[in-house]
Amino acid sequence: MNRFLIPLGAFVLLAIVLAVGLKHSPEKGVIKSPLLGKAAPTFSLPVLTDTSRTFNSADLKGRWYLFNVWGTWCVECRHEHDALLEIAKRAEVSIIGLDWRDEDSAALQWLQELGNPYEVIAVDREGRIAIDWGVYAAPETFLVDPQGTVVYKYIGPLTMDAWVNEFVPRLPPKQAAKS
Amino acid sequence: MKRSCAVLLCLMLATSLSYAVDTTQMPTPELQKRYLGLTHELRCMQCQNEAIADSPVNLAADLRRQVAEMLLAGKSDDDVRNYMTARYGDFILFRPRVSSKTIWLWATPGILLLIGAAVAVRVSKQRAALVDQDNEPVEEDVRSR
Repeated sequence: MNRFLIPLGAFVLLAIVLAVGLKHSPEKGVIKSPLLGKAAPTFSLPVLTDTSRTFNSADLKGRWYLFNVWGTWCVECRHEHDALLEIAKRAEVSIIGLDWRDEDSAALQWLQELGNPYEVIAVDREGRIAIDWGVYAAPETFLVDPQGTVVYKYIGPLTMDAWVNEFVPRLPPKQAAKS
Repeated sequence: MKRSCAVLLCLMLATSLSYAVDTTQMPTPELQKRYLGLTHELRCMQCQNEAIADSPVNLAADLRRQVAEMLLAGKSDDDVRNYMTARYGDFILFRPRVSSKTIWLWATPGILLLIGAAVAVRVSKQRAALVDQDNEPVEEDVRSR
């Protein structure tokens, strides 16, 4: 009996370790952002629709906003565009765009063709601000609260399902009730 | 023969150069060494099993630029690592640091080794005991052959 106890114990232990590993395995490469619960990185960048203007992220203090990282080279960004338009229509939060490593002209054309859900789009041609936000694959969307704290990060193309199930519950009831 | 070998060697060197992803040259050999060290221990988050030194994607190029700039600004290797983990988490380090979160990662191989050693000692003790139990006639038998 004792002979089997040790291998059995080892097997059970291994099974537990693997089960935990499976449960914690990155969901399709989704990695938890260390920014969650921390202050959102600040930036000042040119505005896509008028590059002579500078947008300063400090202006966002005091309200909820979505920070959406996209680029015209990003196929999945096209897939989430309708969801962004719908969220913009519901006017629950403002959507701030970060046009990541993109051509301005291509981005403007994209907005003309597909519609513009953004309140402001900051242009990050060199990808420096994207690094500050820990962005590694567009599209990525952050939810930031009025104190400027990153509340939630969503990786991959945004859907209305994700919006309703992941974002709306994190918004204050008053904000969400408007939908 | 010698000449064709030399030509072949030159060609081989030429191809390996043209395939290099990263051609950054730091001003001093010391900085270059640190730059190469860091870019090889930082993970490309987009193509997760490659170091940023080997990855052709834009993000890796941006992160390499960041490493180079920080080193040129006189930052230490740990400054660079802290900068990267503050933004991308421990996952960006191929060699995760020892912390309460990663302690099992580091401890498990040692624990497994200890278990293996314990099993090995036990097995060899059991075998030794078997030899003691062996009766003499067999040994004589062996010797007489």
